[in-house]
Amino acid sequence: MAAVGQNGNGSVTSVAIEVRELRHRFGRQQVLNGVDLDCQRGRITTIVGPSGCGKTVLLKHLNLLLRADSGRIVIDGVDVTRLRNRGLDEVRKEFGMLFQAGALFDSMTVFDNVAFPLVENTSMGREEIAVKVREMLANVGLEGMENKFPSELSGGMQKRAALARALIRNPKILMLDEPTTGLDPTRTGSIHALVRHSQQRFGLTVVMVSHDVPAVFEISDRVAFMHEGRMKLTGTPAEVAAANDEVFNRFLAGRASGDERDAAAL
Amino acid sequence: MSRIVELIERLGALVIDNVTALGNFVLFLATALWCAATPPYKLRLTIRQIRTIGAESIVLVALIGAFTGMVLGLQGYNTLSRFGSEGALGTVVALVLVRELGPVLAALMVTARAGSAMAAELGSMQATEQVDALAVMAINPIQYLVSPRVIAGIISFPLLTSIFDVIGIWGGYLIGVGLMGAPAGSYLNGIAQNMSGHDIMSGLYKALVFGLVVMWVCCYKGYHAQRMATGVSRATTEAVVLSSVLILAWDYFLTSILL
Repeated sequence: MAAVGQNGNGSVTSVAIEVRELRHRFGRQQVLNGVDLDCQRGRITTIVGPSGCGKTVLLKHLNLLLRADSGRIVIDGVDVTRLRNRGLDEVRKEFGMLFQAGALFDSMTVFDNVAFPLVENTSMGREEIAVKVREMLANVGLEGMENKFPSELSGGMQKRAALARALIRNPKILMLDEPTTGLDPTRTGSIHALVRHSQQRFGLTVVMVSHDVPAVFEISDRVAFMHEGRMKLTGTPAEVAAANDEVFNRFLAGRASGDERDAAAL
Repeated sequence: MSRIVELIERLGALVIDNVTALGNFVLFLATALWCAATPPYKLRLTIRQIRTIGAESIVLVALIGAFTGMVLGLQGYNTLSRFGSEGALGTVVALVLVRELGPVLAALMVTARAGSAMAAELGSMQATEQVDALAVMAINPIQYLVSPRVIAGIISFPLLTSIFDVIGIWGGYLIGVGLMGAPAGSYLNGIAQNMSGHDIMSGLYKALVFGLVVMWVCCYKGYHAQRMATGVSRATTEAVVLSSVLILAWDYFLTSILL
């Protein structure tokens, strides 16, 4: 891996998530092949790369949905690869996660979806929860949508509601899996702005997987380019862009021409 | 020689895959039961599932029970009248329903109505990452999604079977006595004198086991559906087929034990 800088502001920050030599195999396919990554506290780290390079699988290791075959993940000083059920749940309580399709519960209203983590995991009263949920919905621009079901919302609104649910418990770490998939450029821009706004407002450490290159560079403090199951390039967006890496340039060209095959064939 | 080695390898892989799948299947139920027995208890979710599996199936089960009883009344009267034993009609209808047809048919109906919907719902939740969302929120998906359904099945199936039995006996009376002319007194007295508590309990034990098996299979298939539309439809089909086969297979084993 070529590390080409410290962070977006040029200052040294502490590491919230540290990944070392992470490997995972599905059958005969080695999906993660020794991933090394540092996600700095209070910064947005974006993982980019062609389809099938292992970005989402890596994120599923970071949010503890998958267990690695080998390697180490340290989150806030805790080696989570050694933890079992209850220990994992304790770490998970520090997470907020925005899934690719939102993963809102379709049998619940927007209000119930956003309130869900508080209802299930805290002893907060009904009134207190209602106030917090309304505040959070206002924060993501969904005032007045409390009683709608996810199926009644547009794609962008579903993402906003899912983001509100991810942020409702004041997590330290926010993970986003392709948050702008299926959105038009205007809505993509507004989701990016909302992510940056939320990160700054709540002081979050953000780890984002995105295919939305180079638009996502505008809100990222650090970029990690993943290729064939490992990190090929890491640094600030400017540093990664200036690295003149042949594989990364071909990936960018593939994205720019809209030819995913070029990018995937890397 | 290499072909033989390849054949042995494939056979070995097949055996390992199936043993692993069976182990996962059993572990799934063990986890669901363990989660049901440990806090936080999901009482509200369990009651909601009892409504979905039990209360919302009452009309269907009652309808099937009534027609089954009516057919038994008709067939039973025609057969028994050949031997001049019309007086035994009540006993025959009641015993066949309570010991055998009640638990089996009620279970098959609930599998078709609620089991299939359950497998499809869980499969769809898996496909849209809702199950992963629960896990990331530090909520045990098995405890939240599966345990309440299994407990609701164990509670609902015996109750639905009881409804099936009562309405079936009433259906048999309606046709046997009302239409065919069997003596009303001997129909009811025959049931009171010849049906024991053991007969009733053996039917309810069966219903309890079927409730567990159907919920286990339907939840397992839905929970492990492949994350695509065809995966959900396949899981639903497999859940209904496997549940139905297991109901009939377990019926034989339980009958041989409870006789």
